[in-house]
Amino acid sequence: MRKVNAPWELKRKLVVKAEEETNPRFGCKPEERTPEDHIKFGIINLDKPSGPSSHEVSAWVKRIMGLGRAGHGGTLEA
Amino acid sequence: MTGVLPLALEEATKVVGALLLAGKEYVCVMRLHAAVPEDHVKAVLEEFQGVIYQRPPLRASVKRRLRTRTIYYLDFLEMEERNVLFKVGCEAGTYIRKLCYDIGEVLGCGADMRELRRTRVGPFAEEDKLVTLHDVAYFFAEWQEKKDESLLRKFVYPMEKALELLPKIVVRDSAVDALCHGAHLTAPGVLSLETGIKTKGTVAVFTQKGEAITLAQAQASTDKILIMDHGFVAKTMRVLMPRGVYPKKWRSSSKS
Repeated sequence: MRKVNAPWELKRKLVVKAEEETNPRFGCKPEERTPEDHIKFGIINLDKPSGPSSHEVSAWVKRIMGLGRAGHGGTLEA
Repeated sequence: MTGVLPLALEEATKVVGALLLAGKEYVCVMRLHAAVPEDHVKAVLEEFQGVIYQRPPLRASVKRRLRTRTIYYLDFLEMEERNVLFKVGCEAGTYIRKLCYDIGEVLGCGADMRELRRTRVGPFAEEDKLVTLHDVAYFFAEWQEKKDESLLRKFVYPMEKALELLPKIVVRDSAVDALCHGAHLTAPGVLSLETGIKTKGTVAVFTQKGEAITLAQAQASTDKILIMDHGFVAKTMRVLMPRGVYPKKWRSSSKS
């Protein structure tokens, strides 16, 4: 018997409190960012190989893509 | 160990906090130290669903005191002699090596973890554009050569993907820049919100265009926020959007 739903099994609904238009002059939809901004505000779903540590793997990606910063979500033991 | 390791780039590193606290899913091979009937293994795995007690292992990065963790599901997949393959969905901070050891104790024969692959970190699952280091190097070089944006979008998600499982609140344009400066969200700024927001729970605050602005701690439930006309709705914990993207619409309290 499953007792507790996993967060990815929950369904949420959006409820409206007030209505207003957004001004197209400011900001942009995440999927319409320039390539530079897409990387700057981007996240990769990486398949970590066994062997190197999570830290080493993120350092490699940083070097491959010439990035200043990269951080991983949740260490996977080597 | 292998599997899903979301990697946040540049400004997106600000969202990793949300992923560290997100639930995880693993596929694991557990080795039993004696022969046990399949039915007995299945029954014991079932017992480990729900809230369990777990003491972190000797080699752990946290204090080794007994704590509780929630196992959302623990599904038996296959068994071949003494090797048991299972899939487990669990809360952040659950040690699978320890889980195998504890299952072995309850079975009475002892057990240890042999193989582990992570198949999910919060909203990132194996079926979501999972790429290898080779893919990253290849797609990135191809993109640099051809300048074709679709190559980039093949392996890089917008950081907003990382917040998919958090309840969200959408705010007015006029509230955005104040939030980017670290202000807390008040009731008049709220346009819409998702069900399931709990007092003190983490929420993600978005613009109407779907851009993430902040991670915040809710100060009331969904139902309560819907009828609030003043006061704090969510206290800002982490600002994700740079300042100045939206115009400044707030007045300074100084009398200059």
